[in-house]
Amino acid sequence: MRHGVARFVTGFLALPVALYLFYVVWPFAQAAGYSLTDWGGYSDAQNFVGLDNYVRLLSDELIRKAFWHNVFFLVTVPLFTIALALFLAFLLNVGGREDRAGIRGVFGSALYKVIFFFPQVLSLVVIAVMWQQIYRTDQQGLINGLLIKIGLVDADNPIAFTADPEPFLGIPAVLWWLLLIAVWSGAGFYMVLFSAAMQSIPKDIYEAAILDGAGRFHTFFRVTLPLLRDTISVAWVYLGFIALDMYALVFVMTPSQGGPNHASEIFASVLNFTAFQKGQFGYACAMGVALAIFTILLAAVQLRITRRDRIEF
Amino acid sequence: MSVTPENLGDLSRRTLLQRAAAAGLLAAPAMGLLSACAGSEPEKSDTGGAAKSKDNPFGVKDGSAVKVVIFNGGLGDQWAKEDKVIFSAKHPNVTVNMSSTQKIKTEEQPKMATQPSDLVMNSGADMMDRSTLINEGAIEPLDDLLTAPAWDSEGTVADSLLPGTVGDGTQNGKFYVVNVAYTVWGNWYNAALFKKEGWQAPTTWDEFFALAPKIKAKGMAPYVHDAVHGYYPRWALMASIWKTAGKQVVVDIDNLKEGAWKADGVLKALEPWEKLVKDKLLLPGKLDHTQSQQAWLDGKAAFIQVGTWLKNEMSATIPPGFELTLSDYWHNADDKAPKDVFAASGEGFVVPSKAPNKEAAKEFLRAILSKAGSAKFAELTKSLASTKGSGDNVQDTALSSANSLMKNGGSELISVKFQDFYADLDKESQNLSEELMAGRLTAQQFVDKMQAAADKVAKDSSIKKQTRTA
Repeated sequence: MRHGVARFVTGFLALPVALYLFYVVWPFAQAAGYSLTDWGGYSDAQNFVGLDNYVRLLSDELIRKAFWHNVFFLVTVPLFTIALALFLAFLLNVGGREDRAGIRGVFGSALYKVIFFFPQVLSLVVIAVMWQQIYRTDQQGLINGLLIKIGLVDADNPIAFTADPEPFLGIPAVLWWLLLIAVWSGAGFYMVLFSAAMQSIPKDIYEAAILDGAGRFHTFFRVTLPLLRDTISVAWVYLGFIALDMYALVFVMTPSQGGPNHASEIFASVLNFTAFQKGQFGYACAMGVALAIFTILLAAVQLRITRRDRIEF
Repeated sequence: MSVTPENLGDLSRRTLLQRAAAAGLLAAPAMGLLSACAGSEPEKSDTGGAAKSKDNPFGVKDGSAVKVVIFNGGLGDQWAKEDKVIFSAKHPNVTVNMSSTQKIKTEEQPKMATQPSDLVMNSGADMMDRSTLINEGAIEPLDDLLTAPAWDSEGTVADSLLPGTVGDGTQNGKFYVVNVAYTVWGNWYNAALFKKEGWQAPTTWDEFFALAPKIKAKGMAPYVHDAVHGYYPRWALMASIWKTAGKQVVVDIDNLKEGAWKADGVLKALEPWEKLVKDKLLLPGKLDHTQSQQAWLDGKAAFIQVGTWLKNEMSATIPPGFELTLSDYWHNADDKAPKDVFAASGEGFVVPSKAPNKEAAKEFLRAILSKAGSAKFAELTKSLASTKGSGDNVQDTALSSANSLMKNGGSELISVKFQDFYADLDKESQNLSEELMAGRLTAQQFVDKMQAAADKVAKDSSIKKQTRTA
């Protein structure tokens, strides 16, 4: 009997696995292979150059710059997105007045949920185009127009947003403005994720905590947060991948795709430039492989340090 | 081995994630980038044609098919459909499969090594890098097209082309890229407004700086530019360098000659630009090309510098009574080549080396470059074609001012090549041009940084070097 099930499952999975191998794993292997060559991308001619591309990678100034920009996003995107999503989820689920009906969210929380989740429905390119209008650098821009009208911004010197490389807290302003979009577009989804997790926490725990005199602050940090640990950890890993990518935003929103003057260069934008503008596909593949290794390592480390016993309830 | 209901509980989010990670699924951000690198094995193409004659100089085979890909950008693709009609009239038994797209590189690059289209208009923001195409042997030299008889006029195809077109398509001594459009660059202004205000369009920087306060007094910014795409201001800066320092200096710059950016005249050419920024003569804001062009059409700025495609690109929003007029870039009194005009052919067609029907592709190019085809091009796009006389019968203020600019120009056309030769230098010059226009670099710093960037490319052995002689 058991044997039959195994055979059925194997047969059922054979095709997807084959497709997966061919369309996902094989291109990976190919890219790793090309990363050892000087392939230019437009012909079938290439020379084996060993690890030259990887050696070059280590001394590439632009890559180093891009790496630190990626690290900036890697730290800030999960941090801000999760903090904001948690805050919103807490308000919407357990932040309201406690009364006879038990624990509940703030007034109108169902409506807020829809509004906060909305960015998730839009594709990233739509989001980028929308924010281009919000960030427009003259009086017709949503933010600039408003601030100029109320006199907070000088019309002769509007905010340049993603065209501004001047550092703020040591980081080019353009990166902060991109971060704002990334957090805005991601927070809604994680708010819903955390909401679902919060709703699965039994009400009695909260009631017990309240009876013991715990306020909102304590219920959040002593009850909600520890019980959401698993979910937050998963969110952290996914947001890490998003932070390592950031390609669409940089590509659509910044001058010269990584500008102004390399101020928003990230791994993916350098990779794109190297492959498609410079025609050094071999070197670009080396960048891709390096990024993939970095990503997998990061996920492994992240899952390892957050491993804990699960709490059953 | 198999997951049975008894241990299904183990399949928590965490284990699922771990298993997925093991399978490499978690490398999702890198996946798209990696698979973009992957290619596949080439296939042999079938060649061989029919007998060659004066009317069929490449021996196009009856019954064959030719695949033509058109870039559907600012110029649209209607003109190409007219060329298809012209081609089919002569070769009714050759099937033309024409498609148009804005994603040239995305769609064509993966096919270049295996089964490419026969004729590709390599244009737009998503175009394939030309030097790479040539260095990789991915596109075919088209010198035989130049010596072939013209489609519907006397002489050869080369004879029918406007000056510069052959040079623009030549690299390493061979002709690879057939540019079908002809662009003239300069400063645009609204002639109707200037007439009303009694302003004289300046020809020199001194005249411009004298006029600027009067423009500002009317609540207008004297100048606006694209502050997002660095190649827009670069055209103007390089035109100034050519005019002030002379042709040889730009040739030296293109050839990465040592100290070329430090030559006499380069700094002097850039100083008026520095002054333009410092004197706050720019419209505030970091607008992109269409935003800045619209701001100019809305009367927020008096001058904008861009090429002759401007009229077609903005045709939907040009206010009534607005007279788009092109004037030459401003020069200094003691410039070396003040009258040379910045004009070049563009919108280049290439024939992939592995194209199955190269004969028909070249024949189709002959049709595009015909008198009938180029007249249709000018009529439909309001831009000049690279074939002589294409705009003669088109009535349009923008086109006629461009025509007269060409006629009154100096002995040479301004042309700059380094951005086509070296992607690194291209990017760096775009970035630095914007920095100069943003006032974050002085002219002197710009020159120093460009020299450093050029030296870096010159020393990089992984970059194949190009030279220009003329």
